[in-house]
Amino acid sequence: MALYSEAVMDHFMHPRNVGIIEDADGVGEVGNAKCGDIMKIYLKIENDVIVDVKFETFGCGSAIASSSMATEMIKGKSIHEAMTLTNKAVAEALDGLPAHKLHCSVLAEEAIKNALKDYYDRNGIAYDPKEFPDCEHCAHCE
Amino acid sequence: MRVYADNAATTAMSQKAVDAMTPYFRNIYGNPSSLHSVGQEAKEALDAARASVARCLGCEPREIIFTSGGSEADNQAILSAARYGARKKKKHIISTAFEHHAVLHTLQKLEREGYEVTYLDVKKNHNITAQQVRDAIRPDTCLVTVMYANNEIGSVLPIAEIGAICKEAGVPFHTEAVQAAGHLHINVKEQNIDMLSLSAHKFHGPKGVGALYVRRGFPLVNLIEGGAQERGKRAGTENLPGICGMAAALQDACEHMDENMPRVAAMRDRLIEGLSQIPHSALNGDRENRLPGNVSFCFEGIEGESLLLLLDAHGICASSGSACTSGSLDPSHVLLAIGRVHDVAHGSLRLSLSEYNTEEEIDHILTVVPQVVSYLRSISPVWRDLQTGKRQYIL
Ligand SMILES: Cc1ncc(COP(=O)(O)O)c(C=O)c1O
Repeated sequence: MALYSEAVMDHFMHPRNVGIIEDADGVGEVGNAKCGDIMKIYLKIENDVIVDVKFETFGCGSAIASSSMATEMIKGKSIHEAMTLTNKAVAEALDGLPAHKLHCSVLAEEAIKNALKDYYDRNGIAYDPKEFPDCEHCAHCE
Repeated sequence: MRVYADNAATTAMSQKAVDAMTPYFRNIYGNPSSLHSVGQEAKEALDAARASVARCLGCEPREIIFTSGGSEADNQAILSAARYGARKKKKHIISTAFEHHAVLHTLQKLEREGYEVTYLDVKKNHNITAQQVRDAIRPDTCLVTVMYANNEIGSVLPIAEIGAICKEAGVPFHTEAVQAAGHLHINVKEQNIDMLSLSAHKFHGPKGVGALYVRRGFPLVNLIEGGAQERGKRAGTENLPGICGMAAALQDACEHMDENMPRVAAMRDRLIEGLSQIPHSALNGDRENRLPGNVSFCFEGIEGESLLLLLDAHGICASSGSACTSGSLDPSHVLLAIGRVHDVAHGSLRLSLSEYNTEEEIDHILTVVPQVVSYLRSISPVWRDLQTGKRQYIL
């Protein structure tokens, strides 16, 4: 199907970093089954560096590809770098997504930020809540 | 192996249909409205096609109007009955909750104009009963429009019974038979059908051509104004190649229905039986009264678009009612209408067969679908939550 770029199809057919991390240092989940996509990201963090990352996704091809690409983009990076990952960067790395699928890249960005927030919460690290998305209030599923 | 299992979306044209069309591109290219011999040759072909389609439906040739397809025929039938009703101060219409958008959107347009529409519930057996129609009829009902068979879930409606009730009540009855024509026996007179729409590309005919049967005397409203083609009810120079292709395809389908459809239904039943083995799955549609080629399932914990992409990678062309494939945020209205909640409606799969499919193809589908479903479940956080008891199974 020419619906998606080759990069999307590659990450969809051969997703990187699929699975879970039992002893994760941060876990983030966004989306809901009613909307048709849920992403869950697991982070292993050592000395502020993301040493391992895994994901599970319920969703369409672009949701799976966006999760895969996003995990690739933060693996081995510092948590500060990971915080700067944008949905736009994920979509660009996938050579673009169809307009009605751009929210999949937004979910990927939000899932990572939620996992980082979970890490901060668990470790009592102070942060600015405004930096984090609030999935409860996003209009996507309305 | 490439398996085309999306025949409810459209079919491959038959050789007979192609052969029936080709003379009308270059040899018999006349305009049927022209007086000269080239035109009159075309006119003869048009008349023959009309007679052939009429024979397949059990009506008279003059009761057939050629259209650009199923959508146009649906629009014209419904708008005609609505306008006729309004003249008699009747503005109530009965339909079902799982009609095709060609019908639903036309009804919604009428609702905005002040008509009232009763959408019959389809949750029980994923079908309606004739009794539901009887109970819904009011003194101001101007039309009953229910599909002959549902395109997504395959339920075949009790058309003859509904026809009898409408006749008794004196209410015009339209059925959109786009998925039924060429697949099920139709006789508009015996079934008391006043209007019926069909589309050629669902029975190995060409795309962009269809027909509307209208019982003699029923007043039609034009959608397209212009010349006096189709007894003045549908302007525009006739799509002669398309019409001849449709007539040939329909005739072929009807002549071979009794040998083809049991074979298709047997393949369907193998698929239904095999896919039912997948845990936490559910068949959509009426199990008993079902289109011979329709298989429709919901699989819990996965999403339909990713399922389709992986099936395509394995050579299987299918469809889904998930939101991601519909281009909207909601899954198919048909699945919601039969009572599937969003969570499982997203995980739907429709396989629709024709007589061109083979037993080997069914084997291939039965091998691949369970594998792909398991794989997608293995990477799904929803499935993990179901398995670990954090979320309750729906199916
Ligand atoms: C049930 C049903 N009605 C109407 C249509 C529309 O027919 P057409 O594409 O010829 O306009 C289709 C298929 O596209 C259909 O499946």
